[in-house]
Amino acid sequence: MAETTADPIRFSAGPAQLRRSPLEHLAPALATTEHSLGVALREIPFTIQIGLRAAPGSAAHEALAEATGVGLPMRTSEVAGDPGSVAVLWLGPDEFLLIGPEDGQPLLKDLRRGLGDLPGQVVDLSANRTIIAVEGEQARDLLEKGVPVDLHPRSFGPGQAVTTLLGPVPVLLWQTGEQSYRVLPRASFADYTARWLLDAAREHHR
Amino acid sequence: MMLIHCPYCGPRNETEFHYGGQAHVPYPHDPEALSDAEWAQFLFYRENTKGLFRERWVHSVGCRKWFNALRDTVTYEFKAVYPIGAAIPTPEQAEGAGA
Repeated sequence: MAETTADPIRFSAGPAQLRRSPLEHLAPALATTEHSLGVALREIPFTIQIGLRAAPGSAAHEALAEATGVGLPMRTSEVAGDPGSVAVLWLGPDEFLLIGPEDGQPLLKDLRRGLGDLPGQVVDLSANRTIIAVEGEQARDLLEKGVPVDLHPRSFGPGQAVTTLLGPVPVLLWQTGEQSYRVLPRASFADYTARWLLDAAREHHR
Repeated sequence: MMLIHCPYCGPRNETEFHYGGQAHVPYPHDPEALSDAEWAQFLFYRENTKGLFRERWVHSVGCRKWFNALRDTVTYEFKAVYPIGAAIPTPEQAEGAGA
């Protein structure tokens, strides 16, 4: 008789226990950054992210705006909703990213039902990007080392998000509070991005 | 570093963009009917303008949208940007827009 090699306890725990976030292996390193020293980094894993596409002014756009419950952002850097629950980020004139809590699965069904057969798109992109929270007095200072967009309060503030670069990495950058930002790299860039941020934070953590 | 005005995102760093060559080069109506020389002409031959040049750009790390631009190839100055499908701005309009 062949023995099974799978660990029966872990196996029976189900997919939620088996999954690994893109920055799980860096959690201890990220935990060494501290608010009191200027900037703290941490991963916000397993949010639900849904890609939405619909041409502005179309019936599909209206249907999706209603189904999100918070509308859709209308122009560049706008965010509808709020980071605590459901937020929709503007990626392009006809492209949006909805970010919601881990238990937001029903939203996917609502959006699909809302869109119906209209020309548009609702795609589960939850595993595409992870979120790195950059918080603290020096957060803007640190990001300005690698982001070409003007982050000065005169042109960028809480509740705004842009697609841009952090160093060489294409990221979504979202300011959620006076001193808190979220950086969303694609999962395969997460390790590099987190190490880039850790390195940039070193001068604050000597 | 140059700032390029994306028609959808506003002024952004030039590192966020990619160049797409000469604009308004129509795809041949009936490609099968072209001789090799004519096909090569369509594929590879572009104007080499000194002065105002109509060209395509894409905001590749931003909204990922293509747009057209009227740029002075001598000074690198962008005279105007306009969405794909929109009318080509005249040099006078471009001066006024100051993009």
